[in-house]
Amino acid sequence: MVEFWLFVLATAGIYTIFSLGLLVQFGIAGLPNFGNGAFMAISAYTMAISIVRFDLPMWAAAPLGIAAAVLFGLLLAVPTVRLRTDYLAVATIAAGEIVRYLALNMQDVTGGAAGTVNLLGPGVAADYNSEWLRFQVMIRGLLSSIAGFRVTSDVAFIAVVWPTAILLLLGTWLMVRSPWGRTLRAMREDEVAVAALGKDVFKYKLQAFSVGAALAGLGGLFLAWQVSTFTPDDFRPTLTFYAFVIVILGGKTNVWAVPVGAFLFAVIFAGTRFLDFWPLSLFSSGDRAYLRLIFVGLALILLMIWRPQGIFGNRKEDAHET
Amino acid sequence: MFDQLLQLIFNGFVTGSIFAIGAIGASLVWGVLRIGNFAHGDYMALGAFTAFVFNVLLGQHLLLSALAGIAVTSLFAVVAHQLVLKPMRGRGLTSVFIVTVGLAFVMRNTLFLTFGSGARSFSINQAEVYVLGPIRMSPGQLITIVAALVAIGFVAWLLSSTDIGRSMRAVSENPDLAAVTGVNTDSLATITWLITGCLAGLAGICLGLVQGTFDASFGAYTLFLIFTAVVLGGIGSAYGALGGGLALGLAMEVATWDGFFGGIDPRYKLVLAFAALILMLVLRPEGLFGKARLL
Repeated sequence: MVEFWLFVLATAGIYTIFSLGLLVQFGIAGLPNFGNGAFMAISAYTMAISIVRFDLPMWAAAPLGIAAAVLFGLLLAVPTVRLRTDYLAVATIAAGEIVRYLALNMQDVTGGAAGTVNLLGPGVAADYNSEWLRFQVMIRGLLSSIAGFRVTSDVAFIAVVWPTAILLLLGTWLMVRSPWGRTLRAMREDEVAVAALGKDVFKYKLQAFSVGAALAGLGGLFLAWQVSTFTPDDFRPTLTFYAFVIVILGGKTNVWAVPVGAFLFAVIFAGTRFLDFWPLSLFSSGDRAYLRLIFVGLALILLMIWRPQGIFGNRKEDAHET
Repeated sequence: MFDQLLQLIFNGFVTGSIFAIGAIGASLVWGVLRIGNFAHGDYMALGAFTAFVFNVLLGQHLLLSALAGIAVTSLFAVVAHQLVLKPMRGRGLTSVFIVTVGLAFVMRNTLFLTFGSGARSFSINQAEVYVLGPIRMSPGQLITIVAALVAIGFVAWLLSSTDIGRSMRAVSENPDLAAVTGVNTDSLATITWLITGCLAGLAGICLGLVQGTFDASFGAYTLFLIFTAVVLGGIGSAYGALGGGLALGLAMEVATWDGFFGGIDPRYKLVLAFAALILMLVLRPEGLFGKARLL
């Protein structure tokens, strides 16, 4: 049972980071980015490829991955952020699917559907994660000597992902409260008014989109570090919709609600996967994946209809519509 | 090589007809009700699986099964409208879009839970081939062409010669003006969903017939092609969706022709279609055939 909750915590940490990116884009700036999964994929693949193919050290490959996600974000955002929001939603989903299809089909570059194991072609097991795992072992040793007993690698992972997440939460909170964040929120409510005050709306939108892309990119890296091998299908649009549920649960604009939403979500996610009591025991493990997505769908519908302000929020701002 | 081209044009015409049937409904809903329906592909899947139940599990004739599939999808579309989408009236475009995402998840995974993840097919003779000059066609393709002609003829009649059609076009053009001049937007919404459900169900059944096999996510895989057809034709325009669907179907098939710079890799057909979707949204959101106007 301890392992279960550790897994939940680790997963919640990753979800917190990438959902925070969506909070900035969608909640604060009013830009619904439905291609979030693609940003994570680009970052994770860039890191894995630079390590396996170009022998880059992980600490250089990781920032490169985030930079690639931001670059992709700018490429996508420059033509699309000015679109009506439903068009933007469709355009970003389509862009995300393009990335996934390319990753699936460009076997020479990505290893194709089999994932990163095939990065060096079939037959050679490629591994991008050894340096991260060594780092994790070091953290684990450190924690074990402090605690006085041997901790698991999940604990070491949590000890990295959560301090990172908390720093990012703090940073995002400060950014949202800053004049910059106020401008974004004002822009979300009334673009024309903000433009009339002499603010360059387009520039602010690009900045918000880039911040979100960077956070999604970092989330993608942690996802890659946690699993040690991944495939294009790990970055299906469903991942993006998880982030939407988490952000909407917390009320769209509330930074500190993101980790709570992420934790609740990780419980549902891991619970339907690992727990085995009635009524869950009625379903096979394959069926539970479907069940989980039915929950996610219901959560989206019910929240949007009855509590668009999320589970915490009741301030007027949280109920904003874009 | 030209025989190959003719065959590709024919295949493109058939898939294009399916895109068109699906896209007309999606476009009406988007234009008239301002709902970009992310669950539209799953409506198609619902139609196909209902027909599958009647056709294969209950052993009914394909035509009867298809009618059942269309009726159930149509009914479902109206119920979903009343329960889920109507309460969202007056809310933002993104909020409504997110609700349809939720609906899509519930529908798709309920179908998976019920029917499993294996490939299903209708009971028709898949090996049968009709030869017409250089063109070879499957029974599914033939049925699709007939169904498309009937469906499109019906929609054209509805839009041009009935009060319902005139109101739909009016609302799509200018909702406020239409409401002021006495269009009952409430019943219009229900009727729009009724028609959209019928068309989506039919599109799903035709797609299942043409593909041969299908699973619960096959509609969702087609969704973005449907959206591309909608946007190509201009959101809200039924005739545009018809043209957009046919154009997209033809373009996707003909692009793989050897004579076309050696033909593009079929694997990248979808990538090209999605890139076209983004480009259209950015450059010509009024559609290929539409006049520029403020949307």
